[in-house]
Amino acid sequence: MDFARIQEKLEILADAAKYDVSCSSSGGNRKNNGGLGNSHASGICHSYTEDGRCVSLLKILLTNHCIFDCAYCVSRKSNDIKRAAFTVEEVVDLTINFYRRNYIEGLFLSSGIFKDADTTMERLVRVAKKLRTEHRFNGYIHLKSIPGASDELMKEAGLYADRLSINIEIPTEKGLKLLAPDKSHAEMMKPMDFVKNELILYKDERKIFKKVPKFAPAGQSTQMIVGATNETDLKIIKVANHFYQNFNLKRVYYSGYVPVLEDSRLPSIHSQVPMQRENRLYQADWLMRFYGFRADEILENTNPFLDLEVDPKLAWALRNREKFPVNINTAPKELILRVPGIGTKSTGKILMARRFQKLNLEHLQKMGVAVNRAKYFVEFESENIFNRLLDEQNLRKILLSGMKSKFQNPFSQQLSLF
Amino acid sequence: MTILLYDGSFEGLLTSIFEVFEYKFDDAEIISSANYQQKDFFAEIHEVISQKEKADRVLKKLEENLGKEGIRNLLWVYLSERKDLERLILSAVRYSIKNPKENILQDFAHPDIIEISKICKSVGRERHRMTAFVRFEKLQDDVYFSKIEPDFNVLPLILNHFKNRYQDQKWMIFDLKRNYGIFYDLENADFFYPEEHQILQLRNPKNLHHDEEKKYQKLWQRYFFKTNIVERKNIKLHIQWLPKRYWKYLTEKN
Ligand code: SF4
Repeated sequence: MDFARIQEKLEILADAAKYDVSCSSSGGNRKNNGGLGNSHASGICHSYTEDGRCVSLLKILLTNHCIFDCAYCVSRKSNDIKRAAFTVEEVVDLTINFYRRNYIEGLFLSSGIFKDADTTMERLVRVAKKLRTEHRFNGYIHLKSIPGASDELMKEAGLYADRLSINIEIPTEKGLKLLAPDKSHAEMMKPMDFVKNELILYKDERKIFKKVPKFAPAGQSTQMIVGATNETDLKIIKVANHFYQNFNLKRVYYSGYVPVLEDSRLPSIHSQVPMQRENRLYQADWLMRFYGFRADEILENTNPFLDLEVDPKLAWALRNREKFPVNINTAPKELILRVPGIGTKSTGKILMARRFQKLNLEHLQKMGVAVNRAKYFVEFESENIFNRLLDEQNLRKILLSGMKSKFQNPFSQQLSLF
Repeated sequence: MTILLYDGSFEGLLTSIFEVFEYKFDDAEIISSANYQQKDFFAEIHEVISQKEKADRVLKKLEENLGKEGIRNLLWVYLSERKDLERLILSAVRYSIKNPKENILQDFAHPDIIEISKICKSVGRERHRMTAFVRFEKLQDDVYFSKIEPDFNVLPLILNHFKNRYQDQKWMIFDLKRNYGIFYDLENADFFYPEEHQILQLRNPKNLHHDEEKKYQKLWQRYFFKTNIVERKNIKLHIQWLPKRYWKYLTEKN
């Protein structure tokens, strides 16, 4: 093998794939019977890049040759960059050798559309097939489906891959038309709809025949770029919510737009990556998936952007103070989950511990609750002096002075907006 | 006050706990003989000999009261190698014997229980990190070798993970801090305790590397570098996820 050439390709094709953030390895569940590898529901992050993102998969493009010209993409046709393409064997070899050394959980393979949708998709499927059948590889495989690929290829992809995804990239149809003239929303929804229906079909057939081969057991996901067009946060989380409910998506990823190209349709090349906004969107997403919040509770039409200074749960609590204080010793789970500073794990601990004895603020602290936030919103049998501040106008200020964000960035323009 | 001296093994510890109840030592302290320095001249010394039968009876009782997960938690406290591990485990067992109908490990308002829960969190995190941060190096004889240095004694907790994952390659994980390891020979995964001269070899296996090893290491390092997005640099977050003490064993950080 020509390692120097492989290294060059790897550098180009990892560099081109790095903006795709939808690459966690969670949700897989594949056993190993004498072959190589397995995947667990929780997945493992084997390393972290200097930007703090988890590295769990070998994330590369098969090729960055592309016949399309999406404005936000480094691989677009009109961008003058070095091009490269892996062979099927090369991707398989890298995956296996990285996996054997415990560098990765598996492969996340995506591609520029180098000829037409089907030719490209067929090549991606071939990699997955070779890994599964010839190398008995049971690690995680995520394939990015190519919009416009045929149902037959999608079906085959689902037999070998753990997860399939199509990146919607731009949340609104108008924005997509502007930035990705070769793509259409309808064309991107089609494979998503297909995968959803196959998943339902699989579940039904499973009930009758135990041995039906698994279809994309980790489901499907998508990614939206944030801040390339001017949609609101409310619009974004509504789109996400729509995906969760109608397409059974496992995850929606939000990717703060990194300005890589000069283009009049895009934010200037000098604009900052909206990391804080991205982080808030993830928090809002969690509130919908694990805390029982609806999209229209998190944001209202009158103020459709997320508060960059405080997290969306705290922002909700500040707007809905009449719902507090919540009594820790008697309130139901749903209400405890809504207290700022109390996460799902602490909620579980509280529910268990209060069977033994009456809890107080000190107990909460020891259980890992962020009491600097929670203390204003909870009550106990004995008086909690912090409740007096609940009606204060400047509670927000008091709270802010007691917190520091890991995303505070002296160069972020986002913060100075408020 | 009675001091129970045991051999430092988990079985020995459980035997000691059994004898605390058997001989009704109300005021008892359990100490591993290796850690014992005679300080309290008035304490009665009681030497414990590990007995599987007694240990099993403690385990059986605990499983009735706390389930398998409860036993797992106490084992994790033992593997944490904390100074007061014997006291915490004895305290939990006493509490559980008094309240056999309750899973007392859920009483997170109890000072010893919350401590146990915190230790389990740390041990669990370390265990998880060791499944993530092990980096195998391929040796000439096709064995994939890795050395680790975990804060807690988690090797027994990761054996099954690696055994399930890597069934068709020989592999070895060696704990530099405790000088023992696991070896999987395509059939069984077992602990091994090398001799002095072997330990030296294991500490520096570079001259045993397979020809292609260096090349894949290089590919991985370049991949790691190229997958980073410079515009999003956040070193604080990076170090929070990837504490510096692990860097020396990570191929991509060298
Ligand atoms: S189709 Fe994909 S690879 Fe091609 S330009 Fe658009 S986003 Fe980039």
